Amino acid sequence: MSWDISNIGQWTWKEHPPGAVIKDPGNSRQFKTGGWRTLRPIRDEEICNQCLICYMFCPDSAIKAAGEKITTFDLDFCKGCGICAEECPQNAIEMVDESKAQEAVE
Amino acid sequence: MVIAKSNTLALQGTEAVALAMKQINPDMVAAYPITPQTEIVQGFSQFVADGEVDTHLVNVESEHSAMSACIGGASAGGRVMTATSSQGLALMWELLYIASGLRLPMVMPNVNRTLSAPINIHCDHSDSMGARDAGWIHLFSENAQEAYDNTLQAVRISEHPQVRLPVMVLLDGFIISHSLDRMESLEDSTVKEFVDVFKPEFSLLDAKTPTCIGAFDGLYGYFFEFKRQQEEAMRNAFQVVKDVGKEYGELTGRPYGVFEAFGLEDAEFAIIVLGSAAGTVRHEVECMRSRGIPIGMIKLRLFRPFPANELIEAVSHLKAVAVFDRSDTFAGGMGGPVFTDLRSALYESEKKPLMVNYIYGLGGRDLPVELINKAATELEQVAQSGQVKEKINYLGLKE
Ligand code: SF4
Ligand code: SF4
Repeated sequence: MSWDISNIGQWTWKEHPPGAVIKDPGNSRQFKTGGWRTLRPIRDEEICNQCLICYMFCPDSAIKAAGEKITTFDLDFCKGCGICAEECPQNAIEMVDESKAQEAVE
Repeated sequence: MVIAKSNTLALQGTEAVALAMKQINPDMVAAYPITPQTEIVQGFSQFVADGEVDTHLVNVESEHSAMSACIGGASAGGRVMTATSSQGLALMWELLYIASGLRLPMVMPNVNRTLSAPINIHCDHSDSMGARDAGWIHLFSENAQEAYDNTLQAVRISEHPQVRLPVMVLLDGFIISHSLDRMESLEDSTVKEFVDVFKPEFSLLDAKTPTCIGAFDGLYGYFFEFKRQQEEAMRNAFQVVKDVGKEYGELTGRPYGVFEAFGLEDAEFAIIVLGSAAGTVRHEVECMRSRGIPIGMIKLRLFRPFPANELIEAVSHLKAVAVFDRSDTFAGGMGGPVFTDLRSALYESEKKPLMVNYIYGLGGRDLPVELINKAATELEQVAQSGQVKEKINYLGLKE
């Protein structure tokens, strides 16, 4: 079974599955939780020694890696908890104010 | 009409319910085995120990855990039951809402006893009335027979696809639970056929269809929509309660509706009552009617959902109605829960009776016929004079 939940915000009360039971495994991928974030992790590639500890600790699997190397933070799902920054033995991750981070990008 | 074979038994209310549970043969029963638990679970445990049921019995360390285990069992697709009373129901509090919110069918007989303080273990309806907004269906019983019949019907009501809500079967503490009563029980095979096999809507143990039950809903939030669905299920329950009651009547010769009316057609005033007191009230109403007094009565069976439309139809021709409540809402003069609901239901009616409330029997205070006669006589005066002197009355209170 696969639900199209892209429009779930528009569903009327009659359309939801009774009891809020989810019968479509893995559909949390469609449910972006990055909007919670007030602090954004920024990794200093100069300091990082690619030990992958942050990758293992991230509770939301929001740190992406390829070929055993950290590539990016998935900002659609990173909730800004700062666990990665806390656990990094190199102190290579800094949590910066989300609004400031956004300004910097723009 | 062929009525199913039955056996006449003398059983206490708790034994009658335990027998119903045995015949239902649920997949799982989780219960706290110590007081305020009643002999319902003790009796049922005996059936388990004697190998008379296939039920997995889980003894837990509290009523909170009993309801938690039932939620787990129902989520796994099992037909689950528990039983409780008084403080035990109070300890289940937060889980009651989870069972109904997850739309898990289950049946829980509750022996109505009061809530402390002061410490008191006797009958009144404070325990289940406190849980009236928890999204459970409430079925009241007058005697052991009705407690037995309601327990069997509750399974069908709870599991109906248009309902899927937990059901409380209510029986008055001691007056029904611990009194020996003559009743008719059905054959095991008849019950088995009547309750049929539970077809769960989903099951956590179904590896082919993995499901997530009890997910977080606090981000975008559809909580409001789910609550509206619960209300809809309650509205659907009216018809289901009636259909199941009719079918049960065809099977046993004991049909059930949302309430039972007595002498209403030619009555000018009537008493509305829940539970075991209905028997005493009926006796007094019969006596008064035999003297030509135009009184009738309604014994309310279904309290949640509240059968407002049927009640309006039944009482609108009356001059006065007295609602007997075995609990108080402590709302500062609004009266007991049945009174406030019925008054509210009648608000739009063009024709409506005057209403008085009698709060009685708190903490097990007795309700003898003399007190019912006192209330009925006052009600007659209200009907004749068209005036309510005292809206909220305390029947049997030392004052
Ligand atoms: S801040 Fe938290 S969620 Fe975001 S990448 Fe770090 S550990 Fe993961
Ligand atoms: S924990 Fe620190 S050093 Fe290790 S990979 Fe992550 S950012 Fe780099």
